[in-house]
Amino acid sequence: MGEPAKDQGRAGCRDEHPLPRLCSVTLIATESLTKTYGGRVTALADLTVSVEPGIIGLVGANGAGKSTLIKILLGLLPPTSGRVAVLGLDPITDPAAVRARVGYMPEHDALPPDLSAAELVTHLGRISGLPRTVARERASEALRHVGLYEERYRPVGGYSTGMKQRVKLAQALVHDPDLLLLDEPTNGLDPAGRDAMLALIHRIGTEFGISVLVCSHLLGEVERICDTLVAIDGGRLLRADRIAAMTSVTDVLAVEVSEGTDDLATRLAALDLPVAREGRLLLVPLADDATYDLILGAVAELDLPLHRLDQRRHRVAELFATREPSHV
Amino acid sequence: MSEPTGVIHDIGYQRYTGPRLGRRNVFGALYLHGLRTVFGLGRTAKAKIFPWLVVGIVTLVAAGITAVRSQIGEVVMTYAQFADSMSWLVIFFVAVAAPELVSRDLRSGVLPLYFSRPLPRDDYPLAKLLALVTAIWLLLGGPQLVMFLGAAFTTDKGMRGVWDELLDLLPGLLYAGLWAAVFASIGLLVASLTGKRAFAAGGIVAVFLMTTPIVGTLSILPSRTINELAFLASPSTLVGGVGTWALGDLLVPEGRGGGVPIGGFGPVYGVAAVLLVAACVALLLLRYRKVAAR
Repeated sequence: MGEPAKDQGRAGCRDEHPLPRLCSVTLIATESLTKTYGGRVTALADLTVSVEPGIIGLVGANGAGKSTLIKILLGLLPPTSGRVAVLGLDPITDPAAVRARVGYMPEHDALPPDLSAAELVTHLGRISGLPRTVARERASEALRHVGLYEERYRPVGGYSTGMKQRVKLAQALVHDPDLLLLDEPTNGLDPAGRDAMLALIHRIGTEFGISVLVCSHLLGEVERICDTLVAIDGGRLLRADRIAAMTSVTDVLAVEVSEGTDDLATRLAALDLPVAREGRLLLVPLADDATYDLILGAVAELDLPLHRLDQRRHRVAELFATREPSHV
Repeated sequence: MSEPTGVIHDIGYQRYTGPRLGRRNVFGALYLHGLRTVFGLGRTAKAKIFPWLVVGIVTLVAAGITAVRSQIGEVVMTYAQFADSMSWLVIFFVAVAAPELVSRDLRSGVLPLYFSRPLPRDDYPLAKLLALVTAIWLLLGGPQLVMFLGAAFTTDKGMRGVWDELLDLLPGLLYAGLWAAVFASIGLLVASLTGKRAFAAGGIVAVFLMTTPIVGTLSILPSRTINELAFLASPSTLVGGVGTWALGDLLVPEGRGGGVPIGGFGPVYGVAAVLLVAACVALLLLRYRKVAAR
């Protein structure tokens, strides 16, 4: 496992939906960032990475250094050595300027149980410098955006885990940041709750025009919503790249016909396409646009009822499988 | 979390381009929030019971004193003596208010939400401290104002009497401020050490009560110097000592047997009080440097 090449640490801006703002500015850049606790425990080791605005997934096992990186980005922890820039600002020398433009959702429980969500988010909006009435308005807006309506006037203590996570997200959003740092936002949620949270994060990153850094130890989860992926392990950078770049070479077409699956498989194999079976699906590696034509032609010739033909990404997990087999 | 159709219209996310206020406003917001927290405003009814019970008691006592004074025409208790005699209630008030201000936040884990905002690290404990100082000062000063109004309206010496009464009140309010500063800084420091409110309350009461026997022991030792310095050992008697030295006759008129027998050690008491408050504040700030980095 050698050091990653320098250019690997540079991930691109999403070109299909270019963001109106900030796209030319590097969102987060670190240079040889190192953090050791007490000179013995190494949380981050020589981390050099640079990402453009968008939705960034920061993946790594527990203890890989994700939370340490977030705290350094917020200016809460000084790095042992190296340099760091967030939105073009230095969190070490000017933490207040960074924090004014960043929203942070911590991993652990962070809500006083006796306050209502509306009160708490309003108060935290004021701590971010919003005037009183603006704070109240934006707090109810933020809570509405995360899907909390009438329940926002009830004490947080009685909320479900899913609702608490939404409140934590709303307080990170209340002051209209340019970047959200989300530490394990799906922690403790059931599958439906996870899907809802991920959809919400995706919406914030695309519709709201706010860049998001999502920390997770579950690669399968973040790859669904991110356009850039940064993987770290033991404080070292494994890989950082756009998802598109990681998956483009491995895209496959999934074909499903209501009947005659075997016939189609034989036919496609005869056309020199390496077909694989997966249940009722046939998987064909996507070489170029001609692959579509070949498949459609074969289906038409056999006169089979085509149920589905879509492009499917290989799971990014496969890209890391050899490097971090234990936690994907 | 279903959206009632036709009621809420999603107008999409609105960016905010308006003003963002500076450090002073943010500090003010945190301070006011703390002051409201102490008196249970904007919180559940349960959180209001204790603070308002204490407020009720001190106000009743003040009203009683005022009533008796207007009947018998004699000063029952000076403003400073009133503050001294309320010391137990102040201790219990601090023991409830200080954990409410800081221990609760430590326990719920809300601090990362504060420290990830553009709030200077020292502003959080300082705003909480100022809120507690203000609350204690209001607790002691409010009833003194009741006593003053009572005396001012029943005086038979006209404006001259009101003026004399005001000159008595002002040192009393200053003395209440001294109480507030000493008790708030000790109480908040103790409370900031634990996230468990019961432990914090117990710790605060212990600090104030356990030191009283030390004063008792030292003041009966066969040495005049030790006796006169004995009152340094407990916060309540320390405050009394400083009051006697700095405000002296203004607090308790001569011949009424009041004050703390500190001999010629007045300045020592003054310095000790300043050092005590400074040390508590310094330790409090140190404590939050550690907490903020977590």
